[in-house]
Amino acid sequence: MRFTPLLNPSRWRTLQVSSLAVIVALLIVGIVFALSGVNPLTAYWEMLRGTLLDSRGLAEVARRMIPLLLIGAGLTLAFRAQFFNIGAEGQLLFGAMAAGAVALFLPITPLTLPLMFAAGALAGGGLALLAAWLRQRFAVNEILSTLMLNYGAFYLMLYLIGGPWKGKNVRGFMYSDEFAAGAQLPMIPNTLVHYPTLVLAILLAIALQILLTRTTLGFELRVVGENSSAAKYAGLKTSSIVTIMALITGGLAGLAGVGEVAGIHHRLLEPGQISLGYGFTAVIVAWLARGNPGLTLLTAPLMAVILAGGDVLKISLNLPFRIVDVFSGVMLLCLIASEIFITNKLVWSRAVKPTGSGGAS
Amino acid sequence: MDEILNALTRAASFGTPLLLASLGAIVCERSGVVNLGIEGMMALGALAGFAVAYSGSSLWFAVLAAALAGVAAALLHALVTMTFRANQFIAGLALTMLGLGVAGLLGKPYEGFPLSDTALEWPFTLGAGLLAIALYGVFFYTRAGLLLRSVGENPAAADVLGMNVALVRVLATAFGGALAGIAGAFLSLAYRPSWTDGMTVGLGWVAVALVIFTGWHPLKAVLGSLFFGVLYYLQFRLQGSVAVPTEVLAALPYILVIVVLAVIGARGQQGNAPESLGRPYRRGER
Repeated sequence: MRFTPLLNPSRWRTLQVSSLAVIVALLIVGIVFALSGVNPLTAYWEMLRGTLLDSRGLAEVARRMIPLLLIGAGLTLAFRAQFFNIGAEGQLLFGAMAAGAVALFLPITPLTLPLMFAAGALAGGGLALLAAWLRQRFAVNEILSTLMLNYGAFYLMLYLIGGPWKGKNVRGFMYSDEFAAGAQLPMIPNTLVHYPTLVLAILLAIALQILLTRTTLGFELRVVGENSSAAKYAGLKTSSIVTIMALITGGLAGLAGVGEVAGIHHRLLEPGQISLGYGFTAVIVAWLARGNPGLTLLTAPLMAVILAGGDVLKISLNLPFRIVDVFSGVMLLCLIASEIFITNKLVWSRAVKPTGSGGAS
Repeated sequence: MDEILNALTRAASFGTPLLLASLGAIVCERSGVVNLGIEGMMALGALAGFAVAYSGSSLWFAVLAAALAGVAAALLHALVTMTFRANQFIAGLALTMLGLGVAGLLGKPYEGFPLSDTALEWPFTLGAGLLAIALYGVFFYTRAGLLLRSVGENPAAADVLGMNVALVRVLATAFGGALAGIAGAFLSLAYRPSWTDGMTVGLGWVAVALVIFTGWHPLKAVLGSLFFGVLYYLQFRLQGSVAVPTEVLAALPYILVIVVLAVIGARGQQGNAPESLGRPYRRGER
């Protein structure tokens, strides 16, 4: 059994292999369900019934989809540029904090909401930029730095809501005052779907797809990621391209944070309540989209079903929310393990051609 | 004087899981394999150890179970990155999610129960210290160590000399998993004898950074983990007693990881990394 390379794998093959990887992942998670004493069929049926087959569940899926779409679309760009941003969680919190600062301490005007989004994007983008700068200047691995910055953002938020930004009338609780009405996003009635952010997320995903495939910057970004020495040879300014990419990927995560606090909570509160690990789940959204921001319009809803399904399982089957991490981990493992089947054909014969005749490849 | 001695003992205790996990990672990375899944393997080890001890088996079995849980997860990493040639960094990340998820899910029934027969801390600490010395000896004074290092530095040359590159890498990865599992067992059997979801609090990631920080050197890892141990000790010791907010102290180890990595990078010490670190090896490919 061995792999032989396929020169031009078709999109159809990519789709087939990716779908198969997701199915294998669902089977493996089924085994984990069984191990924890739950009938996998029951669990999947409950997830489906509580999300896609229920109007309130559908609204929950839409609500979860908003941050996943924003972060996931931004991450596709980062992954294209070989910048493994695992810190969207912290960038989201930074966005939320910046939005909170605008809402709590600046006068409320009609421009408050746009200003909150702008501040959030800058704060999230700034945090990602810090990691990008650390990598370029000091060769600090961005996976480690962005992860550690997540902890930094987590504790900063805790400090703010328990200290200087603690609400005046909240007594023992850890949260800020409620945002004024002018700093709250409208929602679809009877749901938690803050539709302005949803529209923004969809538009940005499309815009990034155009940026990536139809502009010079997008082309340069792909070159930097796929072949950094070619990029250098062609005289591309790698550092400024990576800077723009970091600002976009972190900025979108920041926007997601703004949406969560301005749309749903209307105040700053404990980090674990603002984000349910959107930053990590969005990694799978981006990976499944194979680096195409536009495709996150399909993959974000899928992961949103799993996040919303995790909530359903918590209530109906009393399973811990950690099941979402199992889904994420298994899906990511299956996806990266499946990639070789896209670019290679599996050959079952044992005959091996003598190596070396092909020369150095 | 007593104060200093006490501080050092506590620091050594805090540093023990870091040292165990980073020694495992050093062996793994010396063979050329990056496994960022330490946090997940630690969580699995912590749960496996606790579950076995809680069922009434001896602590030896509990530690063994923790090591085996780590090995199982590490072998999954080897399967995905070596057989299917997936990106090692992303595979480690996925392994962390999976480990934390599975441990949190299967550990739910154990949450909140104390352990009647708890382990002592010092045997782990002593064992980790001795292991560091032993690994130093093995790395630089034995044939096995030379083999491990050459596979990490130049797998093609090692292959030509008739060494089994894949086998060495699988064994090194498994060893790393075993030690991460035991580091988890230290937490759930000795340090805080219980199981709580998320009890590894990012220690696995600090261990990953520690490996770079100490230049893949087992003896320097002792100093490095002691350093972070002091930091964790101070964090508890200074709580409430100084003007610095608790949250700042809590964030300090993580922020310091970044600072330390930046300092290492600025001084160009990442040249100590094994030459083929993170690069999969395929015969006949450059």
